[in-house]
Amino acid sequence: MKKDLRLVQCTVNGKEVAEYVDVRESLLDMLRNHLGLTSVKKGCEVGECGACTVIVDGETIDSCIYMAVWAEGKNIRTLEGLEKDGELTRIQEAFIEEGAIQCGFCTPGFVMSATVLLERGEKLTREAIKKHMAGNLCRCTGYQNIVNAVEKVNNEQLERQKEK
Amino acid sequence: MYDIENYYNAESIKEAVSLLKEHPDARIISGGSDVLIKIREGKMAGTSLVSIRDIKEMQGVTLMDSGDIYIGAGTTFSHVTNDPVIQKHIPVLGEAVDQVGGPQVRNIGTIGGNVCNGAVSADSAPSLFSLNAMLRIADGEGGRTVPIDMFYLGPGKVDLHCGDVLTHIIIPGKEYQGYHGHYIKYSMRNAMDIATLSCSVVSKVNAETNILDDVRITFGVAAPVPYRCKKTEAALKGMEIGEALYEKIKTLVREEINPRDSWRASKEFRLQIGGEIAARALRETVKLAGGEPS
Amino acid sequence: MIGKSIPRVDAYEKVTGRAKFTDDLAPKNCLVAKVYHATIGNGIVTSIDTSEAEALPGVVRVITFKDVPNHCYPTPGHPWSVEPAHQDIADRNLLTGRVRYYGDDIAAVVAEDEVTATRALKLIKVEYEEYPVEINPRKSMYGTPHPIHLDKKDNVLARSNFFIGNVEQGLKDSDIVIKRSYKTPIVQHCHIENPISYAYMEKGRIVVVTSTQIPHIVRRVIGQALGIPWGKVRVIKPYIGGGFGNKQDVLYEPLNAFLTTLVGGRPVKLDVTREETFCNTRTRHSIEYDLTAGVDKDGHLIAKDMFAISNQGAYASHGHAIAANGLTAWRLQYACPNIKGEAYTVYTNCPTAGAMRAYGIPQAAFAIECFMDDIANEIHMDPLEFRKQNLIQGYYQDAYLKPIAANTNGIFECLEKGAAHIHWEEKRKAYENQTGDVRRGVGMSLFSYKTGVWPISLEIAGARLVLNQDGSMQLSLGATEIGQGADTVFSQMAAETLHMDVEDIHIQTVQDTDITPFDTGAYASRQSFVTGTAVKKCAELMLHKILDYAATLLEGEERTLSLDHGWILADGQKVLSLEELAMESYYSLTNSSAITAEVSTQVKKNTIATGCCFVEVEVDLKLGKIKILDIINVHDSGKLLNPQLARMQVEGGMSMGMGYGLSEQLLLDEKTGRPLNGTLLDYKLMTTMDTPDLDVDFVELEDPMGPYGNKALGEPPAIPAAPAIRNAVLHATGVAFNENPLTPQRLISGFKEAGLI
Repeated sequence: MKKDLRLVQCTVNGKEVAEYVDVRESLLDMLRNHLGLTSVKKGCEVGECGACTVIVDGETIDSCIYMAVWAEGKNIRTLEGLEKDGELTRIQEAFIEEGAIQCGFCTPGFVMSATVLLERGEKLTREAIKKHMAGNLCRCTGYQNIVNAVEKVNNEQLERQKEK
Repeated sequence: MYDIENYYNAESIKEAVSLLKEHPDARIISGGSDVLIKIREGKMAGTSLVSIRDIKEMQGVTLMDSGDIYIGAGTTFSHVTNDPVIQKHIPVLGEAVDQVGGPQVRNIGTIGGNVCNGAVSADSAPSLFSLNAMLRIADGEGGRTVPIDMFYLGPGKVDLHCGDVLTHIIIPGKEYQGYHGHYIKYSMRNAMDIATLSCSVVSKVNAETNILDDVRITFGVAAPVPYRCKKTEAALKGMEIGEALYEKIKTLVREEINPRDSWRASKEFRLQIGGEIAARALRETVKLAGGEPS
Repeated sequence: MIGKSIPRVDAYEKVTGRAKFTDDLAPKNCLVAKVYHATIGNGIVTSIDTSEAEALPGVVRVITFKDVPNHCYPTPGHPWSVEPAHQDIADRNLLTGRVRYYGDDIAAVVAEDEVTATRALKLIKVEYEEYPVEINPRKSMYGTPHPIHLDKKDNVLARSNFFIGNVEQGLKDSDIVIKRSYKTPIVQHCHIENPISYAYMEKGRIVVVTSTQIPHIVRRVIGQALGIPWGKVRVIKPYIGGGFGNKQDVLYEPLNAFLTTLVGGRPVKLDVTREETFCNTRTRHSIEYDLTAGVDKDGHLIAKDMFAISNQGAYASHGHAIAANGLTAWRLQYACPNIKGEAYTVYTNCPTAGAMRAYGIPQAAFAIECFMDDIANEIHMDPLEFRKQNLIQGYYQDAYLKPIAANTNGIFECLEKGAAHIHWEEKRKAYENQTGDVRRGVGMSLFSYKTGVWPISLEIAGARLVLNQDGSMQLSLGATEIGQGADTVFSQMAAETLHMDVEDIHIQTVQDTDITPFDTGAYASRQSFVTGTAVKKCAELMLHKILDYAATLLEGEERTLSLDHGWILADGQKVLSLEELAMESYYSLTNSSAITAEVSTQVKKNTIATGCCFVEVEVDLKLGKIKILDIINVHDSGKLLNPQLARMQVEGGMSMGMGYGLSEQLLLDEKTGRPLNGTLLDYKLMTTMDTPDLDVDFVELEDPMGPYGNKALGEPPAIPAAPAIRNAVLHATGVAFNENPLTPQRLISGFKEAGLI
């Protein structure tokens, strides 16, 4: 069990990153401990709670069950990469407006799941939103306002598409 | 941090086979959603891993000229679900694997891994059984092709030997053309759950005569391995579509399956649900075939 | 400011991931601690060998139960009592050689990294002498061959009872007497952040940073557990990822504090896994109830009797307070001349039960509100009518615990709103005689809930305000934000009383026992009521000081001074900006004196909140599945401080209540007491796809006891959904399920027994 370090080169939140990681590390370990991206939360370590959700090449994954070495060549996005100089994305704003945040521990994962979903630009029913957010658990909100926030932004997207 | 001894990355099937032969104690890792969890639990702690996730030739779905559909074992659940070939020809499979866990897990978990971990609750298995899937296994010496029902040996045990790699799942054209399928996963939650019981029915209905020409019924979690209800199938073949058929499938299935008692659910409960979901799945396939006015 | 739906003051930090939780702050050089848990359910350790673990490279220290201080300590998040008779039961050490439940803490490892710590655990060799395991309190209460705790020979932790009138006579005088038994399951809090702490030493003192609801209590208990002066301990609470009562208990913080002292004060992180959270932290008590009631032919309650047995598990934690709270609820709300109650809290070889949102009332309300429907059914009365007929209108006071009283009582208005929403009368009728395989029903339940713990226990809160140079304020509290929105409503309260903009109130979200005023923390729906009182008093004091100082600056000004959004007014005319005043207070060469206000206040008040849940369900008989078609909670929690936050609290509580009604239960192996489903996969917490759309409504009556007309809201939303769902299923199917959750397994058995399938 000697330390086996591998160089991982990838893009994280738009920036190129080269990190030597222990082959035993998870992507969660790498993002939190090497890169200081502490929005990525650890809640169960087995892919059941979704608190560690990040986006890899356009798809959400649980970074707790994803090896750090697999990040090689990938494009990775975490919550820290969404805001631009303090300006929030529309879904982040909607989470605030709709009261979708309580303790805030699951929030980063939910925002990442919502981000990918909304970037598809499709019309979403409430049921579809629920299905795509089902990999994230929340104990505070009862999900109501989280679904409301996604629905609100989706409706705005559709309005804009109509105007065009 | 996972308790891993050594990690090897294979970029081709050939390399995977030779790495596995070189390191007989190493386990294959693909999506990781089973293996990494078992390492954390301690069941596989200290293991070495051979990763096959970078093997391009094992990813994606191809429709052959013969009509056979080749599904790369490394294809993730969400890619199976979203694949146009799957959606057009065997939607039952795409719908089944769309019920695995949650979206994040479906983005990493692979259909090959789902089969190879030998879990009786695997969401892909009942539909693959009902589609008479064949498994293409590489071993560095020409390989072999195994019918899926021969592949499952027992709970968590499959017919893979040192150096074997499942590379493709093949759905022969004749097994799906003219058939319709429906999968029902019965679980305690609507997401993030494993099946308490599951059933996939694939049927062929003669819409003109309103006769059930062929039917294949497979259960997950009704026996130590996914279970084809062949007796029930034989008895139902040739029956006219109607309430008598749906009552009969309930009765026969309950006689044929042998689920166990566990803290998750009692045998009696599983028998009740088993009959019910088999009938509902069959009814759905008949509807899909246009065999029953809705 | 009060009554406005301003966004949470911490929303931006949380939605950007900038909010730092305990693990986000842990130093990179933390050592990792892991606990060795027993692999038997009852017995003693006969030998333990740690030599191989100690020899593993990277292991820094291994300790066993033989190495820990011999100071028994209590763990519940209660205020300490100076009267020994009222002190919490101290029944555990940091580690133990007497295994009382499967997973009990025997040894601990400190290592350089997680993998090494985990491998070291596997190298510890333990031999046991096993005793028979008893997880059933109805059996355990008659004693076991080896009492779980030596000073409780019959395993009964405590018993309490009360009498009002004469129940025996009342039952004789009744036209009908009804008896039923109910049982509630063990459930777990499932906050998404597991309990975690890291500890280090600084200047000879121990510092523990931890995810807790009760930092000042954690500090006291660490002192008690280690036998060191409490001033030697400093506890810091950053943002926390939910608590729901589990973190209203002192968990592994004392062990972690001890471990850092053994490694020269190096930082040690003790991160509890999800599996440990289920097995080794706290759960909600399973309670069994035998209820008896006598009613007259018109449906008036004449007499009622509750007998309750509460399954404590292996250690006392909050102990009998939970079951006792249910006894109190039995006396409240419904008029009845003869009432009796008796409750036992019993040690068993189960995981330890503690506080969980609404503290024994979800259990009691499940029994009581199912019983109300069962009585109504028995006498062929509409269950809502039956309740209304027996509910007390307006003011009432508890017969025993004065001054607990419904100073305002909006239950009838709540029922009216709930019934209207669900179309009660219409649907009760429409669903009367169904025959198909899929049936619908409507059901309801209600509750009452105290605000804070007075007079059962002490209520004390502290607040400090500091006027900054720019005229803004710092607000420091010992009360904790745990997700419920406390920091936001406290900011609103200070702004309200000081006539300031809420943006000018800077609340400190991190509690640090070295700095923040004393407060016992987040529990009992107390903070907006008790701490709110402290905030109000502190703001009034600050206002007074500002105006006094203004008077010295405006010498000769005879008009009446007041403060309004950054300005000192004299008879309503702006005369001096608060900023100028503040600058003078800091830097005046003649009379500088920075203005601060601090109060510590005891609150000797209590008031009862109330509310109800109405639900419509669809039951698929043959699949044993319940679908919630419509659900609403209506609450009377007094004046709403922030309506949006209030709604959020209710929605979260409803989700927890639905889980309690439908799917959540921690199952234990009967032979060992080992949790069978202690993971988030097997423990069926509701997902987005299991959650229907939720409706919420309020009845706002200004309560005279609340500092701003408010009363309890944090916990009550979790109470009424489970019995309402059960009653709706009863309406739909005619089958009475007397044990929650109503799992498919239970439904199928019940429907089979009833001949429905």
